[in-house]
Amino acid sequence: MKKASFIAVATAATFIATAATAATLDDVKAKGFIQCGVTTGLAGFAAPNNEGKWEGFDVDFCRAMSAAIFGDPDKVKYTPTTAKERFTALQSAEIDVLARNTTWTFSRDVNLGFEFVGVNYYDGQGFMVKKALGVKSALELSGARVCVQSGTTTELNLADYFTANGMKYDSVVFDTADEVREAYLKDTCDVYTTDQSGLYAQRSVIADPEAHIVLPEVISKEPLGPLVRHGDNQWGDIARWTLNAMIEAEELNVSSANVDDLKANTKNPGIQRMLGTSGDLGQQLGLSNDWAYNIIKNVGNYGESFARNLGEGTALNIARGLNAQWNKGGILYAPPLR
Amino acid sequence: MTTDVQGSVTGDSIFRDPRYRAIFYQILVIALFVSFVWYVGHNTAINLEKRGIASGFNFLSQPAGFGIGIVLLMDYSSQTSTHLDVLIIGIINTLAVSISGIFLATIIGFIFGVLRLSKNWVVNKIAAVYIEVIRNIPLLVQLMFWYFAVLSVLPLTKDSIQIGENFLINNRGVSFPAIIPSNGFWLITVAFLVAIVASIFIRKWAHKRQDLTGQVFPVLWASIGLIIALPVIASLIMGNPFTVNYPEFGRFSITGGWSLEPEFLALLLGLSIYTGAFIAEIVRSGINAVSHGQTEAAHSLGLRPGITTRLVILPQALRVIVPPLTSQYLNLTKNSSLATAIGYADITALFAGTSLNQTGQAIECIMITMIFYLSISLLISMFMNWYNKRIALVER
Ligand SMILES: N[C@@H](CCC(=O)N[C@@H](CS)C(=O)NCC(=O)O)C(=O)O
Repeated sequence: MKKASFIAVATAATFIATAATAATLDDVKAKGFIQCGVTTGLAGFAAPNNEGKWEGFDVDFCRAMSAAIFGDPDKVKYTPTTAKERFTALQSAEIDVLARNTTWTFSRDVNLGFEFVGVNYYDGQGFMVKKALGVKSALELSGARVCVQSGTTTELNLADYFTANGMKYDSVVFDTADEVREAYLKDTCDVYTTDQSGLYAQRSVIADPEAHIVLPEVISKEPLGPLVRHGDNQWGDIARWTLNAMIEAEELNVSSANVDDLKANTKNPGIQRMLGTSGDLGQQLGLSNDWAYNIIKNVGNYGESFARNLGEGTALNIARGLNAQWNKGGILYAPPLR
Repeated sequence: MTTDVQGSVTGDSIFRDPRYRAIFYQILVIALFVSFVWYVGHNTAINLEKRGIASGFNFLSQPAGFGIGIVLLMDYSSQTSTHLDVLIIGIINTLAVSISGIFLATIIGFIFGVLRLSKNWVVNKIAAVYIEVIRNIPLLVQLMFWYFAVLSVLPLTKDSIQIGENFLINNRGVSFPAIIPSNGFWLITVAFLVAIVASIFIRKWAHKRQDLTGQVFPVLWASIGLIIALPVIASLIMGNPFTVNYPEFGRFSITGGWSLEPEFLALLLGLSIYTGAFIAEIVRSGINAVSHGQTEAAHSLGLRPGITTRLVILPQALRVIVPPLTSQYLNLTKNSSLATAIGYADITALFAGTSLNQTGQAIECIMITMIFYLSISLLISMFMNWYNKRIALVER
């Protein structure tokens, strides 16, 4: 897989001189679907369900883009990527957009030639251990063997945290989340570390979740979000405002349940602009004017997607916390749609 | 081009001369090749730049920033060590597992290759089953098996299997006492080297003596004796210039002592057992290639079967065995890159994996990694070719 994607980058970088500036939107419309990079399988974020259909919070973002562009949320093809492969896949244009709980960092934004379009989940890195160990704090972990996933910010934060606290550890590094979980469960390591959302996702698929605890320390900032290649601003704008529309819709209490009603009857100018009954926001993006209506109708607003995939009542059971709207105690804050 | 219809035979045009023509075409091919390489390189550079992807080798001197589970022969700190150090650690780890793997696979291969020819039905069939089963299961699956199935069946740290006082086996690997050299340890190293050189000379001398007088000298025992005795004497002279660090039970795993991690053990076992099966087949066919008359001749001279195999059959079989053996060694080395599947920190997992991903320098990292594998393969081939020449039939 590694070699294949390397060759993909090499050939793409070698022969396709125009790709950087080509309009991704035109390509996507011409082929009739969006190629969306997701995880190889992480419950709640992106995983195939019993019928083999991809589901999850990140998958919803891909579906929202598809709804905005095609008026149909199902015009998406998914490419499962490991943490290691994801960037090469995006650079080489194997995928059009990457929605794979990826942390927005300086070097990824600047050095790798990407553009993060926003944050769809504010997260931080945590540790999970077996209850039986009796560990109560991450500061007791000196000398532990720690399982991590290769090619992640997790690896770097882990080293920083242990150095800063004068502790030692042995890392065991795997390519996929499944391998890390297996190794942790088979007791090859004492500790599983990744984004807290990832820990909850993994704990939700473990046979006896009660036997494991997530330690209280959060050792990093992990603003997770979708990203696209540098250089195609129109495509970047579509991705950015797809996310913002979902967040804004929640703030304005527009949901898949009431969107038809609101579209016909609302007097609220903000909602009218968003749903395309006034103004031309959609056309400015190069889309139809009901782009945001299509997102909300087919996929729902941010809150609906969160509740369906991650929220209380799901196996992951994650509280909104930082990911609540700015006026509800969180830091979710979409710029105005106008 | 001009066509000389008269076709004067006196070779006035250089182009007619086949020698010059050949040179011309060769230069043309080289020029085309060089410009192709230049074109590809140039275009790649331009496109990388256009897409805002950084390139170049500066990243090698940047701090790596991540931890490494298995570090041999070096000091590594995630904050100060660079990606170049990561590369070196990756190379050392790959070499460590490949060299031990080649060693072990050869032993396994020769044993089972000989057993496969045994007249004892049971022994013969056991060898056959090993060879057939192992050769027909993909290596990746076998590695997973060794790592997840076998190593995780081993007991937890607190119920480690103890052999003697200080040798512990558990699902975190194998731990044993470490010898930490202190001042004066050099003499032990020197004594050890001297013992090895001496053994080589003893072997030569013994051969000569046997040729002249027919007397047999116990070379093996003498060598083993030397290799043990000389360092021991050196150690006594210097007053035991080392301390021993015993493994102890820590809060999470065993601390102190030396240990072999489960990732290393699984990879080593997987590679050796897999490659061993192929080597066994090579050994079997090599032995079969030696005409049966040789065995009969040896037996009729009164040589016992063991000696016949060792002194008559194997040396001749080796000539058939060595060339394909070389490619098995190459395979083993290259297959060690599957390490990444079971968390062993080899060059592919570390440098072409983590470093590549953290820096985003895909082309540079993969290129360096390819050059490494290529060089190692060439070195192994060169060594084996040299060995092959040495054992080749010398016509008298
Ligand atoms: N946010 C971190 C980590 C991302 C990451 O890989 N997270 C794991 C969390 S468990 C994952 O999604 N794995 C899914 C997979 O391997 O496909 C980053 O961007 O580097």
